[in-house]
Amino acid sequence: MYTISKDNLNSLYAKIASSYDLFMPIKKAGQTNYGFWNEDAEADIETLKTVKSGKDAFFPQVETLYNVNKTIIPADVAASDDAEKAADTPIKTKLEVVPGKFVDQDFVIFGMKPCDVRGIEVMDNVFLKDFVDNYYKSRREHGIVVSLACHAPEESCFCTVFGIDPADPSKSVADVATWIVDDKLVWKPLTEKGEALTAVVKDLLTDDSAVDSKVDAEITSITEISKKLPYANLSLEDWGAGKTDEKFNDETWSKIYQGCLGCGTCTFVCPTCQCYDIKDYTTKNGIQRYRCWDSCMYSDFTLMAGGQNRPTQLQRFRQRFMHKLVYYPTNNDGMYMCVGCGRCVEKCPQSKNVVKVIKAFENKK
Amino acid sequence: MQELKNRLIQLISDGTVARVIGWKKGDMPYNPEPACFSTVEELEDFVYDGFCGANLSKMMIEVANLEGKTAVCLKPCDTYSFNQLIREHRVNRENAYIIGVGCRGKLDIEKARKAGIKGIEAIEGVGIEGEGDVTFKTIYGDKAMAYSELLLDRCHVCKGKDHMVYDEVIGESKDTADSDRFDDVKKIEAMSSAEKFAYFQNELSKCIRCNACRNVCPACSCRKCVFDNTKFDSQQRANVDSFEEKMFHIIRAFHVAGRCTDCGECSRVCPQGIPLHLFNRKFIKDIDDFYGEFQAGKDPEAQSPLTDFTFEDLEPKQAVGRGEN
Repeated sequence: MYTISKDNLNSLYAKIASSYDLFMPIKKAGQTNYGFWNEDAEADIETLKTVKSGKDAFFPQVETLYNVNKTIIPADVAASDDAEKAADTPIKTKLEVVPGKFVDQDFVIFGMKPCDVRGIEVMDNVFLKDFVDNYYKSRREHGIVVSLACHAPEESCFCTVFGIDPADPSKSVADVATWIVDDKLVWKPLTEKGEALTAVVKDLLTDDSAVDSKVDAEITSITEISKKLPYANLSLEDWGAGKTDEKFNDETWSKIYQGCLGCGTCTFVCPTCQCYDIKDYTTKNGIQRYRCWDSCMYSDFTLMAGGQNRPTQLQRFRQRFMHKLVYYPTNNDGMYMCVGCGRCVEKCPQSKNVVKVIKAFENKK
Repeated sequence: MQELKNRLIQLISDGTVARVIGWKKGDMPYNPEPACFSTVEELEDFVYDGFCGANLSKMMIEVANLEGKTAVCLKPCDTYSFNQLIREHRVNRENAYIIGVGCRGKLDIEKARKAGIKGIEAIEGVGIEGEGDVTFKTIYGDKAMAYSELLLDRCHVCKGKDHMVYDEVIGESKDTADSDRFDDVKKIEAMSSAEKFAYFQNELSKCIRCNACRNVCPACSCRKCVFDNTKFDSQQRANVDSFEEKMFHIIRAFHVAGRCTDCGECSRVCPQGIPLHLFNRKFIKDIDDFYGEFQAGKDPEAQSPLTDFTFEDLEPKQAVGRGEN
């Protein structure tokens, strides 16, 4: 394993950024979110949870799919002499489709926590398994994920419930695993992509075999803390694949949805929510077709021409949690669409969240 | 708290009300949630403590249409919102039984997080007394902060301990104001145009367009919001684009001008910590300056300055200096 002094991290970021776009936690106006690093940015890897997860790296909140530009071809010159005839002559237009850009350069996502890395796996099943989404695919192919172990997990964390190890990013699908030990960042490449990135920053890294035992101690420490967290023993026993009928018609939903504002906070901070809407915007000379994150909590989510969607907040609330805890596992070999990052626990304006939903059904028994 | 809970149990038991809108005990010591209670058994989970900051008045738009009376717990500042909803004919006063609950300031868990408190297992000192120290028992050791240090920003400009509308009051309130309501607005007014723009762009660029501010806002009570109109041809659905920085919050602030009671829910719920209330407070300050002091929600009969025309009203050019800065 390699190490670099924490004091030297800005040089590391600068080195990475000299070869790649570097997407990492950056503090701005008091909040830490993923953003592109530059010399003026305030990098922040101390904050455990960015407000939004890092999923924008692969699935940005807004992206242009393509533009359609309309050009009007001037009417026939001969016809223009006769005003009446000219008015009858159909205007000829040319439509040009300009596709959105696929990512074709490697880029680095730095400091992603193991829960958010699992979130990528969740999205892979949606965007790469059956229908392949080329916009997503291009980002996945070019994204190099540097994952950081969770030095001090917080009370809203429950990733271990989903079998995620917050102590050891080398068990995740990341390309490089890192830990913060004392005043050093420990760096361990895991994949070919990770090795390639390591080669770029090698001058700044020290080959440090003495740090191995310290990493082991850090892993033990994080594991012990995780066991003490209030949600560590949350039971998923009653959820998962095949529970649709049993859960869908349960009376519990009609109580627990009350007070839900129908906002999209939970959806937009979530590392696994991946529903989107596609819209056209009328530009000066055509349309811009873009996609943007959508939320099943919204009243116009999946609104069809015939006016069909889920008309009540109860139905929308149920949909979100059924999708995470039942439908997705049913379609994906039991994998849950929740990684226990706890962002909804911290951010829901009305203090509703996936843990309370799980517990509400547990308490019924 | 027990007195309040007993009274609610009584109201349900003797049939005075069919249900209660209040706060339900959370699974963390800081996350009670707004809830509807229909039985005495359900009221077992009722809680009222320092973390019950949520303003429940907007829930009454729907619930007060149900059969039977609904008891709703409103803190002094929440009653302004309720009055405003009465003023706008959005809530059925006859079906509401308003319990004015005492308030000595409500707490913001983000203030503790910002102070580095994490791994919280238990919290002591967050009862309705609203005084002394709050002790956080965490897996990383015990930490203490003064109750006053943890107050929501809005409590520092408390509107006072009186309920504007109620059927009965339970518990003592305290005016927790310790700073001028318009101090922050004045600071921004003193900036140059470029500084103002940079300040708001920096803040609003964090917006993720979750709409929590709009959905929690008691003044945003339109049956269908213009921004939810699927035929609205703008880039507004391209959330987190420049639309948020330049348009959405400004439009919303204009829309609630003269009706916003300054309840502060928008800033409380913002996941990105954007001080959204500053827009509304600027409007309130201007309305006060231009038309005389006016507090929305104080009197449900009062005419709002912005819907009341007189020939003495000032002209736009008198209100806004053109081409300055």
